[in-house]
Amino acid sequence: MLQRRRMLQSAAAILAAPALVERVGAQQAFDWKQFKGQSLTISMTKSPRADVMQAHQKEFEALTGIKVESEQLPEQQQRPKMVLELSTGHPSFDVTHFSLHVSKRIVGQGKWLEDLRPYIANPALTPADWDFKDFSAPSIAAATQPDGRMDSLPLETDFWLVYYNKQLFADKGIAFPKTLDDMMKAAHALTDKSTGTYGFVGRGLRNANVPVWTSFLLGQNQATITADGTKLLTDTPEAIWAGEYYKTIMRECAPPGVVGFNWNESQTSFIQGKIGMWLDGVGFAPPLLDKTKSKIADHVGFGLMPAGPKGHHCPVFTDALGVAATSKAKGAAYLFCQWATNKAMLLNLVRAGGGASPRLSTYADPDLVKDSPFGKEWLSTLLESAKIAQLGLPEIIPVTEFRDTFGVALTDMIGGADVASSLKKATENFKPILEKSLKS
Amino acid sequence: MSAHVATIAPAKPATAHQRRRNYARRYRLFIVPAGIVVAAVIVFPWLFTLFMSVQDFHVGGAMTFVGLANYTRMLSDERFLWAILHTLYFTVLAVIFPTILGVIAAVCFNQRFPLRGLARTIFILPMMATPVAVALVWTMMFHPQLGVLNYLLTSIGLPPSTWVYDSATVIPTLVMVETWQWTPLIMLIVLGGLASLPQDPYEAAALDGASAWQCFIKITLPLVWPFIMVALVLRAVDALKAFDTIFVISGGGPGTSSETLNLYLYQEAFAYYDIGYASAIVVVFFVLILLVTLLLMSRRAKAAAA
Repeated sequence: MLQRRRMLQSAAAILAAPALVERVGAQQAFDWKQFKGQSLTISMTKSPRADVMQAHQKEFEALTGIKVESEQLPEQQQRPKMVLELSTGHPSFDVTHFSLHVSKRIVGQGKWLEDLRPYIANPALTPADWDFKDFSAPSIAAATQPDGRMDSLPLETDFWLVYYNKQLFADKGIAFPKTLDDMMKAAHALTDKSTGTYGFVGRGLRNANVPVWTSFLLGQNQATITADGTKLLTDTPEAIWAGEYYKTIMRECAPPGVVGFNWNESQTSFIQGKIGMWLDGVGFAPPLLDKTKSKIADHVGFGLMPAGPKGHHCPVFTDALGVAATSKAKGAAYLFCQWATNKAMLLNLVRAGGGASPRLSTYADPDLVKDSPFGKEWLSTLLESAKIAQLGLPEIIPVTEFRDTFGVALTDMIGGADVASSLKKATENFKPILEKSLKS
Repeated sequence: MSAHVATIAPAKPATAHQRRRNYARRYRLFIVPAGIVVAAVIVFPWLFTLFMSVQDFHVGGAMTFVGLANYTRMLSDERFLWAILHTLYFTVLAVIFPTILGVIAAVCFNQRFPLRGLARTIFILPMMATPVAVALVWTMMFHPQLGVLNYLLTSIGLPPSTWVYDSATVIPTLVMVETWQWTPLIMLIVLGGLASLPQDPYEAAALDGASAWQCFIKITLPLVWPFIMVALVLRAVDALKAFDTIFVISGGGPGTSSETLNLYLYQEAFAYYDIGYASAIVVVFFVLILLVTLLLMSRRAKAAAA
């Protein structure tokens, strides 16, 4: 009897052996310690994404034996620091975290970051289960330069959605709007200036405000520039319609002083419970549900960007990680990038509410909702947003000038300026800047 | 036989001029390190800025000589022209208010009263605070819905203000912060002047029956005027190059309504990476500061001569 049991155990062990050997082999095939003893410096943009990377940094150090020093700087300081340091050829960092919608083209033009395609294709540097094909096509397109070089790995795709105060909507008996027209009506219905209640809040601050306008413009199925990036579409009837929409909702339904609001002032106002809707990125969700900070932690709704007259899209902005081309520890630096963008890390990012993952597998995880404080509505909004996402800003080198030039026009509109003439003037001002950048 | 006695003429004592020259020669080497430092951190950056101002250079792009094109571009650059106006508007207000209040404070603190030392210490605290930290605190206080300032206004029955969130009120509000922070500096300079004034004119005036106001206008103010002019020069230069407070509180907005030259050239250099044009703006900005300083210095010289 004993012998028979032993034989069965042995047979089972033999049968299981190939699978075990394969798994062990896969683990052994990838050498995480190959750059042991090296040191890395990482420059990060201050954000929930950076918080997640830093929270797990020690795990990377234990796994690889690589010493990591990372710093977070606010984006207004980190962006110029990154570009200027890279342009000198002697950056103080090996890995940089940056926004593709701001710096993609300028780092591509200078070829300051390493082309990561050979690294991804190299099994000695990229384990098979990292799974490049798991990344969504738009995120890979965002991380790829026009010449085909892929000089960064997508870290986060920030979809824009509408945060809304369910309590205010219930009090007025209003359903969450499906269209931009309904959104305007809801914003007006929720606004009661005598009680300091406003139907809408969004960015009014120059530069930061442009994605709000482009969100409305996407509802006209139109971008701000032609697909080849050569002709501005910023004074078309559709652009003027989006400008009128922006002007009306910001002047009539947003709190006083909104012209100077960036995302943080908008968020601060929203969590006080006197704002109906806030249009902004999904990555700003965590403080809304924090009961120590938010008065509406139990009433926050996550709504899909409403459809416009001609299209239904939400804007998307992508963050990425890149390796400095002049780094002396490129292998170790790449290892950090591929680790920070692997399946487990991006799942951590989404669970923490730090934004949306560019990986498709993240959303297939059955425990995602259970482990996350954000719930089913948040997840379904995220998934629906992914289906209708389009670039929120043009992929051009002078994107900051673009945002500043049209940002001023939008602040003027909040002040009461005529939309058509403001956009026409901004278009004329920006046209030579675009033309010059195309020649360079 | 006449005896020729060779005599050595006694050496002529060196003139004062020669002594100074020898002394200067002997120690000339000592100024070399200072000269190198000045050349490296002042002369070279200036020459390089002048060189860059005649180039068309964007970070990451090629450099091309464009002559004075960057300077002529300024004439048609509406944003640049507005930035000059904002700079002058801000500077005038940020000089006048702290100066008036600083002189009044100095006169008050020049009197003897209980706990004067403590009061002076408390008064100069804003000046000692870090500008960026101060700016962040003010930013929170200016929030139209959540800021404490609007709470205070509404609690005494006044309407709330939009402070830095409105084009019309942003510069006066920024001046308010500057005034709060830099009035103590004016007070300290003028107080130093007041402490050094002679007592004789006041005794004579008292014998003639002059009132306190007459003493202030006819004696104190003229005597302390050179000190006020020093304070004015310092404040004017400081206000002209103000950056941190404006950058943190308003960022030059709403729109560009509080964008001074400093902020504009920062944008051109570090947001648009247009180094050539930004360098040209720096040169113009330098000339502007130089003109204002020279004007105030000449006024001061005239005041001192009078």
